Amino acid sequence: MLELSAVNSFYGKAHVLNDLSFTVARGQVVALLGRNGAGKTTTMKSIMQLVVPRSGKVTFQGHDITGSAPHKVAKLGLGYVPEERRIFTDLTVLENLEVGRQPPREGSYAWTTEMLFDLFPNLAERRGNRGKALSGGEQQMLTIARTLMGNPSFVLLDEPSEGIAPVIVEQMARVIIQLKQEGLTVLLSEQNLHFARAVADMAVIIEGGTQKFTGTLDELNAHPEIRDAYLSV
Amino acid sequence: MGLFIAQLLTGLANAGALFMVASGLSLIFGVTRIVNFAHGSFYMLGAYIGYTLMQVLPGAVGFWGAILLAGIAVGVIGMLVEILVLRPIYRAPELFQLVATFGVILVVQDLALMVWGPDDLLGPRAPGLRGVVRIMGEPIPKYDIALLVITPFVALALWYLITKTRVGILVRAATQDREMVGALGVNQAWLFTGVFALGCALAGLGGALQLPKGGADLLMDFNILTAVFVVVVIGGMGSLPGAYLAAVIISVLNVFGVTYLPQSTLVLMFVVMVLVLMVRPYGLFGREEVAGEHGQVGEPERPIKPAGLQVRLLVAAGVAALAALPLFGSNFTQVLATDILIFCLFAASLHFLLGLGGMVSFGHAAYFGGGAYVAALLVTHADTPMELAFLLAPIGAGMAAIIIGWICLRLTGVYFAMLTLAFAQLLWSLVFQWGEVTGGDDGLLSIWPAPWLSGTTAYYYFALVLSVGGILFLRHVAHSPFGYALRAARDSERQAEATGIDTRRVRMFAFAFAGMMAGLAGGLFVFSKGSIFPNELEITRSFDALIVVFLGGVKTLSGGIVGGAFFKGVEDMLTRYEYWRLAMGLLIIFVVIVAPDGIVGTLRKLAERAGLLRRAEDET
Repeated sequence: MLELSAVNSFYGKAHVLNDLSFTVARGQVVALLGRNGAGKTTTMKSIMQLVVPRSGKVTFQGHDITGSAPHKVAKLGLGYVPEERRIFTDLTVLENLEVGRQPPREGSYAWTTEMLFDLFPNLAERRGNRGKALSGGEQQMLTIARTLMGNPSFVLLDEPSEGIAPVIVEQMARVIIQLKQEGLTVLLSEQNLHFARAVADMAVIIEGGTQKFTGTLDELNAHPEIRDAYLSV
Repeated sequence: MGLFIAQLLTGLANAGALFMVASGLSLIFGVTRIVNFAHGSFYMLGAYIGYTLMQVLPGAVGFWGAILLAGIAVGVIGMLVEILVLRPIYRAPELFQLVATFGVILVVQDLALMVWGPDDLLGPRAPGLRGVVRIMGEPIPKYDIALLVITPFVALALWYLITKTRVGILVRAATQDREMVGALGVNQAWLFTGVFALGCALAGLGGALQLPKGGADLLMDFNILTAVFVVVVIGGMGSLPGAYLAAVIISVLNVFGVTYLPQSTLVLMFVVMVLVLMVRPYGLFGREEVAGEHGQVGEPERPIKPAGLQVRLLVAAGVAALAALPLFGSNFTQVLATDILIFCLFAASLHFLLGLGGMVSFGHAAYFGGGAYVAALLVTHADTPMELAFLLAPIGAGMAAIIIGWICLRLTGVYFAMLTLAFAQLLWSLVFQWGEVTGGDDGLLSIWPAPWLSGTTAYYYFALVLSVGGILFLRHVAHSPFGYALRAARDSERQAEATGIDTRRVRMFAFAFAGMMAGLAGGLFVFSKGSIFPNELEITRSFDALIVVFLGGVKTLSGGIVGGAFFKGVEDMLTRYEYWRLAMGLLIIFVVIVAPDGIVGTLRKLAERAGLLRRAEDET
């Protein structure tokens, strides 16, 4: 469904991603793992074309999206949930969801605000509140809900568990499993295995912008030395 | 009491047009981050187009229809400007777009002159609203009452659009984080175009609405621009209720000012603005601006280095050529070269502030004109010898810069820029309205240099030594430890603070130093012309310098000088033609689109591509 082939991305002169190549198949949850600064966010942004790769190709559902405008990428059904909870703090919860709203595509889920409030009950009580009044966990839920309003068939989740209370992390894991059962494909990034273990089928590990491991979670579990070398515990 | 009420109502009626224009500017800035200098031009176009339509369309329906159509027409023109001029340069460095909008001002001025001629047009009276009504015995024009009623409806409609509709939600979201809005599937390009068109339509509507009160003339673009900037800043950037309240405050104050303090009407507005910003730095309803929160990350700065041997030789050759100029150049060439040299020093001083300090001053003319006026006043009122008066010009300008900088440096970004503009305008209005001392609009005359400098060639050498000396001194400071500290404060305030740099102090010094150098240029200027007029303090003079620095290239050391020489040279060539503004404006827009890194920056990139210069990448 999503394929990266030999993607190289730069910030100015800094070479951040080095020949990254992996695929995510429909219905999979793939974990993109690596330490702080490994290039996870840049990978996400390079898929979304918020950072345009200098060489290599990103293909989504057969379309070459390299160099497309981010809004066109989103329109194809690729949803992006950024790290650090970039919600619109001056807008209410409902207004945040409205920004994300896109008409459903053929075969995609058709989310409504009420369905999302079922999925994230905390948000339902806060629908009229401004983004800045929400707690960190609520803001994180809102970023996910906002992206789902675009009825994506594929979601990029950048470090969804970072800086969030463990209770909420558990809730988040349940949501991701539920989304997977609904047929959504997910690429999520994490610094460690705790969260990924609960939800992911496959893992890609990067370090310094270079791919170090690609395989199933079982394979990764069989090689604890890889985990120790490239991930924080 | 009756008079009081009448004046209050007049003020409120005047607030209408001001609010519409200001809310348009505020909307455009909020979403696109473009400081639209051309906003006054769209207001002017609205008035002219409305005037023409009113000649054609009959009766009351025609009158109101003309106003509405004028708004729509200006909106369409704004849309074209956005697509043709601004869209290609959204990725250019921050604030670069304002250069393009300045080009638009010039183009619109000449087009209006071509189509509607140089004479002021008297606005037609509104059918059915010609007379006055008496409120507590005082006559109030019926049209004022109509404006009083219309404005709240426009404000309400706008408020509804922004708070209740999907478009409004997207606009507010984009004001906060436009990259994220794009990543959620919204086509930003059309959102920007739509908002720009809407903002321009509001300006056009305002222009057409005030026709029966003020008519249409070729000066109304700049005349409203300052008031609009003041309103937007007092109200808070991006806030509609703020813009409304501020428009009312300013308009009412103006009406009372005319009655009770006729000598200070212009000053009053800026005094209010300064007071408001001292209490509420981000305006009445504004929100703090956080740098980089809008998802704009520019290209990393390339460090500037002291000139190499080649460049030094080139500069030495250039100076030698300039020194030899009187040997073969005519008198006229020397006068022109003096002008250019002075302007280059002025531009270089702003470049120092803007490029190295990251402080965008919209009011740098205050120190240029300020220095000139210090010298001129000393000569006129105290018979000060020229040498002493000249020496005091930069010192006076520097002192003014210290005072103004002390207040302005509490703010950053656009608010800082606006406040510097306000102070420059304050100074201008002081000089303009305090006729007994400053000569007002008639200026100060007979400010001639000392006998030993009175020859054209002698003064040329004097200007050459001081301008080149000043520019070299500015460059030298850029490479001194102070220059490093200044650049550190620009690039990362927190890290600079953490390494023990008192960033506020460093900026203060830089501001004062840049003001001093501008004052030096002003001193050179006044004695070269023998006279000084308030227009040397005007907003256009500040903009000239700003345009030059951006055109030359903010991120290169020589940007100010190259831009200054280019601008003055071209201006001298073009002003001989009738429609020189049109040509100049188109040229500026052209340069902006083909050379978004400025002239020097783009030349360097071209040279790198051609292999003439080493790439910055290879050196690290």
